[in-house]
Amino acid sequence: MSETLIKVEKLSKKYVIRHQGAAEGLRHALQEVAKTPFRWFKQSLGAGSVNGHDHRLNGGQAAKLNPQKSSEDFWALKEVSFEVKQGEVVGIIGRNGAGKSTLLKILSRITEPTVGRIQITGRVASLLEVGTGFHPELTGRENIFLNGAILGMSRAEIRRKFDAIVAFAEVDRFLDTPVKRYSSGMYVRLAFAVAAHLEPEILIVDEVLAVGDAEFQKKCLGKMQEVSKGGRTVLFVSHNVGAIKQLCDRCILFRSGTVQQDGPCDEVISNYLTDATLCENGVIDLRHHPARSRASKPLISEIVIRNGQDQPTAQLFPEEALLFDITIASFETIRNPRVALAIEDSHGRRLMTMASYFDQSPLPNLSGKTTIRCESSPLQLGPGRYLLSVSIGTKEHGLIDSIDGASWFEILWNNNYRNGEPYQSVYGPFLKSSKWEVVYD
Amino acid sequence: MPGLFRKARAKSATGGSLFKPPMQTLIIEPGRAERNYWRDLVHYRELFFILAWRDVAVRYKQTVAGVAWALIQPLMSMVIMTFIFEKLAGLHSEGNAPYPVMVFAAILPWQFFSNALSLASQSVVTNANLISKIYFPRLIVPASSVMVSLVDFLVACSILAGLMVWYHFWPTWRLIILPALVLLAIAAAVGPGLITTALTVKYRDFRILIPFVVQFGMYLCPIAYSSSLMREKLGEKWFLLYSVNPMVGVIDGFRWAILGTSASFDWHGFIISVVLTGVLLYIGIRYFRKIERVFADII
Repeated sequence: MSETLIKVEKLSKKYVIRHQGAAEGLRHALQEVAKTPFRWFKQSLGAGSVNGHDHRLNGGQAAKLNPQKSSEDFWALKEVSFEVKQGEVVGIIGRNGAGKSTLLKILSRITEPTVGRIQITGRVASLLEVGTGFHPELTGRENIFLNGAILGMSRAEIRRKFDAIVAFAEVDRFLDTPVKRYSSGMYVRLAFAVAAHLEPEILIVDEVLAVGDAEFQKKCLGKMQEVSKGGRTVLFVSHNVGAIKQLCDRCILFRSGTVQQDGPCDEVISNYLTDATLCENGVIDLRHHPARSRASKPLISEIVIRNGQDQPTAQLFPEEALLFDITIASFETIRNPRVALAIEDSHGRRLMTMASYFDQSPLPNLSGKTTIRCESSPLQLGPGRYLLSVSIGTKEHGLIDSIDGASWFEILWNNNYRNGEPYQSVYGPFLKSSKWEVVYD
Repeated sequence: MPGLFRKARAKSATGGSLFKPPMQTLIIEPGRAERNYWRDLVHYRELFFILAWRDVAVRYKQTVAGVAWALIQPLMSMVIMTFIFEKLAGLHSEGNAPYPVMVFAAILPWQFFSNALSLASQSVVTNANLISKIYFPRLIVPASSVMVSLVDFLVACSILAGLMVWYHFWPTWRLIILPALVLLAIAAAVGPGLITTALTVKYRDFRILIPFVVQFGMYLCPIAYSSSLMREKLGEKWFLLYSVNPMVGVIDGFRWAILGTSASFDWHGFIISVVLTGVLLYIGIRYFRKIERVFADII
């Protein structure tokens, strides 16, 4: 067995969420200083007083002093432990807010954990974004050096790889042009090229493949595969289930800040995809839904998907207008509510969002138990499984309740189309209705 | 592959190879970054130089006058001040030094200070994308913007040389001390600069406040007038309070070195300024390092 390069032990990270309307900002700070100048001074200069333990103490004090709690703790990660061995390519998946990004931020030392410990052996390069630190005014050549240094390459190393980077990016003619004049494709190519030529023992990658055109994505995937075959250890975070399947042999599923499952890629991905169940009859009970984000108040209790004939169902046809009945139960009045529905495909790619605030007529204030109806024109999606997400918020308070991945529904391939020919994925996700005729003979 | 890997390790463990550094072990836990801070700072020096280079390279891109701006700004200030304060208000210079030279000896460090302060306090916010994506000691960011002001300062020094030649005003041996005074000016700019940088990240109010403070400070510092004039008006005791401003010490020091025997110099005031510079630098570093750990979370 090869040795362990990354060892994560009981890692937790806490954020303090300030509620809107609570005193904050400079004025509040000045008030605090005025009230207790000496304590503030001591706190400001006191070394190491912000480690996890003291943090919690301070939070407790604040809560005691102020009965109307103005902030609350939010654990983005809770006791996460796992190990990665040399040469492993590990995919990390999870819904939005599951703690993936927080984990990456801690691994790349951008933010510190509140509790826990990580031991990493070897040089780490983290690619949380392509083109970090690219300066639009500088030329391509200058940006290669700048970006390389930011990613942790020495100048000698960059000089050695310079030609390979330029060749990979295919920008040799524009090397001395400021990158602000580059097309976005060129920009992304150059940025990825620098990153791709890093040679760390451990590479941490976050969804960088979400950029660029299809051909370039293919090239990036190829490069990543090459990297992982070269014995490098890779942590790959993505929503793109396809890419994870292609690259990784092991996968870690995050949910609500904890490790839900850790094992062979196929098993974990199928678990991830069936996280939300297909509702047979179109009625989705949301009162105790596992995918509800943790900061949410459980306000949305039910969604009913109805087809063109007003019947509740989870099987729909591409050309069918549909209705979503969203039931919201709240003791308090929700002022200026904003309700949104989002649809993702089975690769976790968000396809569309329908939101009440996109519409000209806003929803009235809600109180008690209310059912809101969203009337949608035909989705015109190709056949397959789609994931429905729902959220409610207000302009003032932001998101109040959100269930990211509430339920699957199915678009059926209506045999009336194309005389029963099968639908192929190359047709793309959308099935536009179109009318064909000869106008010129 | 694993075999190769182990061999490299064993070799470096015995100190056999200079070219293959040992696999470094990195430990991440609460409070850890704090302890290795200065070692990290040395480790990331190359990034510091490249960021400083970037800031210098970008400063005058797509400008017609280019680096000449570093000359035009102090020159125009000097011309206007000479016109208003010498010709209209009738202020006079110290000893036999020409008024423009006296003013310029103060404009140099002041412009450095005000540029450094404004650039540094904006620096972390303008580099927010770096801060939230990459780890490095955050001190590098404001430090590199101080370097930019230093380059401007060095360019502007050539005007001083020109002025001195024009007025046939020759410096004395004291000019040798000038580099030490430049270091003092850097310290005087870095201290408050770090405080305002950290505060700007937390409270964007300082984005608006700083230019105002800088404008105000121009009149509080002995730039258009000599500090001896201030001492006459205030008296010894109040002058010491006036010297609490670190820039008073820096400017007096510059005049002492450049104007030679023409300059009046008050040791008490200078020492107070230097001590305050030190105190502010200490507080600045401490405060910056305290806030920097949460930069990525609050930016």
